[in-house]
Amino acid sequence: MARITAGVATSHVPAIGAALDNGKAAEPYWAPVFAGYEASKAWIAAERPDVVILVYNDHASAFSLELIPTFAIGCADEFAPADEGWGPRPVPMVQGHPELAWHLAERLILDEFDMTIVNKMDVDHGLTVPLSLMFGQPDAWPCKVIPLAVNVVQYPPPTGNRCFNLGKAIRRAVESYPEDLKVVVFGTGGMSHQLQGPRAGLINRVFDNAFLDRLVDDPAGQAQVPHIDYVREAGSEGIELVMWLIMRGALDDKVRVAHRFYHVPASNTAVGHLVLENAGG
Amino acid sequence: MTENPFKDIPGTTLFDAQQSRLGFHLNQFCMSLMTAANREAFKADERAYLDQWKMSEVQKQAVLDRDWNGMIALGGNIYFTAKIAATDGLSFRQIAATMSGVTEDEYAEMMLNGGRSVEGVRSKKDLR
Repeated sequence: MARITAGVATSHVPAIGAALDNGKAAEPYWAPVFAGYEASKAWIAAERPDVVILVYNDHASAFSLELIPTFAIGCADEFAPADEGWGPRPVPMVQGHPELAWHLAERLILDEFDMTIVNKMDVDHGLTVPLSLMFGQPDAWPCKVIPLAVNVVQYPPPTGNRCFNLGKAIRRAVESYPEDLKVVVFGTGGMSHQLQGPRAGLINRVFDNAFLDRLVDDPAGQAQVPHIDYVREAGSEGIELVMWLIMRGALDDKVRVAHRFYHVPASNTAVGHLVLENAGG
Repeated sequence: MTENPFKDIPGTTLFDAQQSRLGFHLNQFCMSLMTAANREAFKADERAYLDQWKMSEVQKQAVLDRDWNGMIALGGNIYFTAKIAATDGLSFRQIAATMSGVTEDEYAEMMLNGGRSVEGVRSKKDLR
């Protein structure tokens, strides 16, 4: 059967992708950011997942205000990097896993999580920057990727608790798939940042690190935190952090922290990153 | 009716149902800038391009003035208005600096020093 072995959480700041694509990764501003992922790149090279379920949000690239799915799962054979206004990122096509993706869609819907099924979708920095951070700049991504897009742009996003429970349902769905596949779940976005208005540039190191602690040790408690706390404490775009609870819900109650990293700033944003391995329960 | 707690956060506009309805056509215009041909048409004659959209006059003027906070107040969402910035060759950081009333250098310096502190900007009560 297929099984989830580990989870990865990471910010997905567009400027990180631009820095890598434009050869600026070694510059003093960016070097500490990429250094924080070196251990993770070695970890995932050893872990060798067959499939990554990548939880992210679209930023008005594939979805405008014409259609706003709360949870959308990519079931296509492949997904092209989106043109976000300055041309698509020069990164490989993202290869999907339609058999597993359709299986997940079916099982999740029958498990009362009403997923939107997407058969054609370009993927923006929200999905490709985490791949770049974890896999570097290969000619082809080394595994299949199932995009799972969450609305966090139009209020209200799903609650933290809904996200946490979706993660648990994803685990049940993966474990009911007969083929032996090793699956790693990525939860992306955050950490504290606000991109709009006079409060733009907000960073909350205390909130972010408490969130990292609690995501590891008390995710069910963190799942009860209401939206207002994220927006007030972590900024209007800090609300993206609810997506990390989907990843965490898909893991064991107990996890081992294989790697943890926190850095300010990357452009407007605090970068947070965890690699979590299942440890039972 | 209880007071909306999000309205208590200073310098922050929640993109809720009200803002989304107000800004639908403004944000649709922004989405049109995803293609190079439309970006060129907009740059060639901004006013004529804007007149093709069912936007209010104040929304059109906010776009022409690059009044980034004004666009947000009129229902623009930052991920959509950022497409105008991209058309202008501006980065997120540059418009974030403008929206928070400082120069880009001052903003970059603030970010290098750990970003804007949440102390004093959690609640409008803090500002009094």
